[in-house]
Amino acid sequence: MLYDITLQIDYAYAAPSDRLRNLLRLLPPDLPGVQQVLRRQLAIEPAPDERRDSLDFFGNAMTSVVWHRPVEAVGLHLGARIERSAPPRGLDLSPPLAKLGAEIAAVHSLGPAAPQHFLGASPRVAPLPEITAFARERVTPAMTTIAAIETLGRALHKAMRFDAEATTVDTTPAEAFAARHGVCQDFAHVMIAALRGIGVPAGYVSGFLRTFPPPGQPRLEGADAMHAWVRAWAGAETGWIEFDPTNDQRAGADYITVAVGRDYADVAPVLGVMRSSGGQESRQAVDVEPLEG
Amino acid sequence: MASAARQTGPDLFADYRLDPGVADELFDASGQMRPVWRRFVERFARLTPAEVAARFERGNQYLRDAGVFFRQYSNDPLTEREWPLSHIPVILHETEWDQICAGLTQRADLLEAVMADLYGPGRLVSEGHLPAELIAGSRQWLRPMVGVPPRGGHYLHFMAFEIGRSPDGSWFVLGDRTQAPSGAGFALENRMATGRIFPERFPRAHIHRLAGFFQGYRTALARLSRGATGEARTAAILTPGPSNDTYYEHTYIARYLGLSLLEGEDLLVENGQAMVRTIEGPKPLGALWRRIDAGFADPLEFDPTSQIGTPGLMEAVRAGNLAMVNAFGSGVLEMRALMAFLPRISEVLAGQPLSMPNIATWWCGGAAERAYVEANAERMMIGSAYAVDLPFDLGATTALGGRFRGTARESIAEWLASEGAQLVGQEAVTLSTTPAWVERDGPGPEGSTAADGHLMPCPMTVRVFAARTAQGWSFMKGGYARIGRSGDTTALAMQRGGAVADVWIVSDRPVPVQTLAPAPAADGAFHRAAPGILPARAADNLYWLGRYVERTEDAIRLIRAYHLRLAATDNPADPRLRLLRAFLGGYGYDLDQPVPAALIGRIEMARACAAKVRDRFSTDGWAALKDLDRTARQMTRTARPGDDAARAMSVLVRKITGFSGLVHENMYRFEGWRFLSLGRKVERADALCALLHAFAAPEAPGGSLDLAVEVGDSVITHQRRYRVETSRDTVVDLLALDSDNPRAILFQLREMRDLAAGLPNAYDTGRLGPLLRAIVPLDAGLSVAAPSEITSARLLELRAALAEISDLIGAAYLR
Repeated sequence: MLYDITLQIDYAYAAPSDRLRNLLRLLPPDLPGVQQVLRRQLAIEPAPDERRDSLDFFGNAMTSVVWHRPVEAVGLHLGARIERSAPPRGLDLSPPLAKLGAEIAAVHSLGPAAPQHFLGASPRVAPLPEITAFARERVTPAMTTIAAIETLGRALHKAMRFDAEATTVDTTPAEAFAARHGVCQDFAHVMIAALRGIGVPAGYVSGFLRTFPPPGQPRLEGADAMHAWVRAWAGAETGWIEFDPTNDQRAGADYITVAVGRDYADVAPVLGVMRSSGGQESRQAVDVEPLEG
Repeated sequence: MASAARQTGPDLFADYRLDPGVADELFDASGQMRPVWRRFVERFARLTPAEVAARFERGNQYLRDAGVFFRQYSNDPLTEREWPLSHIPVILHETEWDQICAGLTQRADLLEAVMADLYGPGRLVSEGHLPAELIAGSRQWLRPMVGVPPRGGHYLHFMAFEIGRSPDGSWFVLGDRTQAPSGAGFALENRMATGRIFPERFPRAHIHRLAGFFQGYRTALARLSRGATGEARTAAILTPGPSNDTYYEHTYIARYLGLSLLEGEDLLVENGQAMVRTIEGPKPLGALWRRIDAGFADPLEFDPTSQIGTPGLMEAVRAGNLAMVNAFGSGVLEMRALMAFLPRISEVLAGQPLSMPNIATWWCGGAAERAYVEANAERMMIGSAYAVDLPFDLGATTALGGRFRGTARESIAEWLASEGAQLVGQEAVTLSTTPAWVERDGPGPEGSTAADGHLMPCPMTVRVFAARTAQGWSFMKGGYARIGRSGDTTALAMQRGGAVADVWIVSDRPVPVQTLAPAPAADGAFHRAAPGILPARAADNLYWLGRYVERTEDAIRLIRAYHLRLAATDNPADPRLRLLRAFLGGYGYDLDQPVPAALIGRIEMARACAAKVRDRFSTDGWAALKDLDRTARQMTRTARPGDDAARAMSVLVRKITGFSGLVHENMYRFEGWRFLSLGRKVERADALCALLHAFAAPEAPGGSLDLAVEVGDSVITHQRRYRVETSRDTVVDLLALDSDNPRAILFQLREMRDLAAGLPNAYDTGRLGPLLRAIVPLDAGLSVAAPSEITSARLLELRAALAEISDLIGAAYLR
C-alpha cells in the first residue's frame, strides 16, 4: 500500500528562553521487506540555526534542532510518501511460553533487536503485579508465544475503554490500567507491562494509522493523531511481531512505523518542550492518504 | 575512671580486645604492635586525657571553622551534620600501599577495558562472558553512549575503590566508584584536621602528602581539556548544586584545584561544542569533571524529568568536543552483579587473574549460582543485582545471613526463584579493625571529644583514589577511611552512625614535601595564571549577594533608629516613630517584632546567594554570614522593644559590616568582586534616595533630618563639615552630593562608573557602552547640582534610573 502522509505539530512557549533545543523523532525509516520510504521531508518553522540528523540506538531517525535565539512558537511539518506492506504471516512457529525464556537466554547480543532490552523495567513501564496477574489469568505455559500475545492484546482491548480525554502523555500504565481507559499510548504501555510480566519481551512502536478506512469498514481509533502499538518478541524463529491493542489487530499494511523503543520515552516525537510550564500549547494534525485501492 | 593527672599510657589499650577471627591494623595475630604504628602510639600514649581532648577539639575546631559539613537528605533539605571525624588515623606502610595500588592499577585498566567493550564491540556479551540481560537491564548502561568513542581515548579518568582487609591480612575490593566518586576533597580536609591534632614534625615528616596526587590530576585535566589545535580550554566541575549531600566537597575541591564550579544551567551547547555562559558570553569548555550522575546530565537524551541538566550535553560528547570525567555511562561498572563476572573477564581481556580479589559475588540469574546462594544463604548478603551502592550502604542489602531485613517476604528460596536475575548474593565479609577513640560506654567513634575515652577496635574500610595521568594511573597517597562501630566486624557495621578517618601512608624515611604550587616554567620566570572564567550565574549571585547584604544593613540601621527613639520617648505615637513605621512597613518590616521576621528573610536571601558561590569567597566570609544569621535568629526569641532591641541591632550592624569588611578586604579584585561591589553600590544609592525622599521631605516631622544622618552613618561627618544644626540643605549635600562621603549618592555613582568601566565590553568601539551611558549622566548631573535641586521628584527619577541600570547589568552580564 502506498501512502502520502502529512503531519503538522505546532507548539508555543509562554516564556521563551534565549535559546531552544529540541530532539525530534518524526522521520519514518526504511524497514526491509515491510516499509519503504519514497520521499520524506521535515520542515521546521522558524528555521533552526542548527539541524543534525542521526540514528539513535534503536535505529530511529533522530533530528536535533537548535535555535540560537528566543523562539515563541515552533511548527513542524512532515511530508512523506511510504510504501508499506503487511509483514508476512506464516505458520505459528513461536515456542510455547514455557520455552521462550531459554530462547531469550540463547541470544548473546546487545544489538538493538536483542530481546533483552525489552524484558525488565524501562523508563515509563515497570512490571506491575496487578497487570501481571491479569496476564497470567489469560495465558497458559503451553500457549505459543504468538497466541499469548494476541490473547493478551484482545483481552486488554476488551477490558479497556478508548477515551481520548481521560489520560495525558504523562499517565502511568498503573493509572490507565486501574481506570481501564486511555488512548493508544496507554493501551500500548499496559500491554507491554503485561507481556513483560509473563516473560515476553515487548516494546513500543510510534507511527501512523491510515485515516480513511477501506470502503465498508469503520474508521479506527487513534487515526487523527500519531498512533502507538506494541511489538513483541516471539522466539528466535519468528522474531518481532507487532500488535495494536487499541484496535485488537496485528499491525499490517494500514500501519506506518516511525520509531521503536522500550516505551514512549524512547520514541517521544518531540523532546525539549517544557512540560511543567502551563502556558505552553501544542496541536497535532495527521493525514494518512492511501494512493491506490 | 581516668583522671586528668594520670597518663593515658598505662591503660591506653586496657579495653582493646582483639577478636581472634578478625585482622587488626594495630596489632598482628600474635598480639604484637605492628612496627608502622609504634612511634605514633608512643607519642600518643604520653598525652594526658586532657591533652587528648584538647587536641581533638583543635581538629574539630578546624573543621567547624572551615565550614566542613555533610548534608543529609531529610525532610529539611538544609540539614547539615557536623563532620564525623574519628581522630585517630589509619596508618599503613608505603610498601603495603604500593602493593594495594599495583592491584588496583590492574583493576582500573580492566574496568576501562570492560567499559570500552560494553559501549563498543560488545564482545563480552557476544562471547558469553556477561549475560546480555544483566547489561540491557541496567539503568546505568546508557544507550546513547553506544558507539561513541570518548574524547581523549579513555572512558575513565578518576576513580575510587572501597577496599577492606580479610582475616588473613590480604586486601579485597568491596566496590568500585566510577560514576562520580566523592571523598577526595573530604580526604584533604581530614588531613588538614589531623594536622592540627598531631602537629609534631614526626610523624608528619614521614607521612606522604596528598598534594602531589592533586597536582598530577590537575595537569591531566588541563591536558584533557585542550582543543583540536592544542589550545587551552576551560576545565570545570559540574555539580548538581547546593542541595547535594557532598556539595561542600565540590566547592572545596573547586577552590583547591582552581577549577570553575558549574551547574547545568551554566552550560549550553552550540554547534556540538559545550560552552560556559560567562559574563563575556559563551566560552568553549574542554573537560568536565562531573559530580552529577549521567542520568541527570541531559534531559533530552537521558532522564527527561531532570531539572539540573544541560540539553544537548550528550550531543557535545557525541561530536567528540567534550571530555567527560568519567564518560557518561560509567555508572554501569558500579553495578554489583558485575563483580560476579570480573574475575573471569580479567582472564579473558587481560589474560591474567585479578591480583586483588573483589568481594565474592554470585549473580542469581544463573541456575547453579542461584542454588549456591540459596544453600549458603546463612553467610550471604543478598540484594539487588543492579544496586550501585556499596554493600554496607543503607538499603543496598535486603537479606543477610538468611534473614530478611524489613520486608515481608516468605522465603529466600521463593524470592531467588522468582527474581533471580535481579539479585546477587555476596559473601558476608569480615573487615579488619583499627583503633578509634570511643567515649566510655559510648556506642561509636563519632563525636569522640571527651577526655574520658579509650581506644577500641572498630571495623574499617578505606577508599582509595586514582587519577589517570600521562604516566598512567596515579594514586592518592592517603585516603579516606570509614570507621564502623566497635563490636561488629561485618560490613554492615559501617551502615549508620559511622565516622571517617584520615589514612596515613608512612615511609621509613622523611618524604619530599609537595604543594599544589605549579612547577616553575621552563624559562625559570614567574608566570601569573590568568584568573578563571566567571559564569554568568555566579556573577548574578554575587551581584544579588551585594544587594541583599546592603539592603539588610540598611534595614538594621533603620530598625535601630526606631528602637533608640522608642526608648527615648516611650511614645509610639511620636511622629518620627510613625514615619519610621510607615517607611519600614512599606518594605514588609513589622516593627511590633523587635527583630522583624522580614529581616530574617533578607538575611536568608543573602545567605542563599552566598551558598551558591561559596567557592568564590573565603571560608571566613561564609562563617561571618552564618554567624549573622544564627545571631539574628536567636535575637528573635530574646530581644525586647526599645533599648534592648536597639542594642541587638547594634550587634547585627557590627556583624554585617564585619562580613562586608572581610569581603572587601580579602576578595581578589577581579570580576566576581566587581559584581558584588556593583550590587552594593546600586543598592546603597537606591536606599539613600529612598531615605532622603522620606526623611528630608519638606513635610517630614521635626527630627527626621537627624534621623536620616544617623541612618546614613554620617553623624560625625555632619558635625565636622557643617558645624551647624541639620538643615535640608546640609543633609542633602552630605548624603546626596558629597563625592567624598562613602554614604552619599554621588559617591556610589562614581564607584559604579569605575566598576562598570572595568567590566568586559564596557566600551563599544571606543564609545561608552550602554551601562556607562546610563551611569555617566547621573554622575554628571549630581556633580553640578545644588542641594535645592534635589527635590522629591528628582529623587524618584534617580530611583527609576538606578532600576534601569540594574536591568542593564542583568541583560548584559548575568544571563
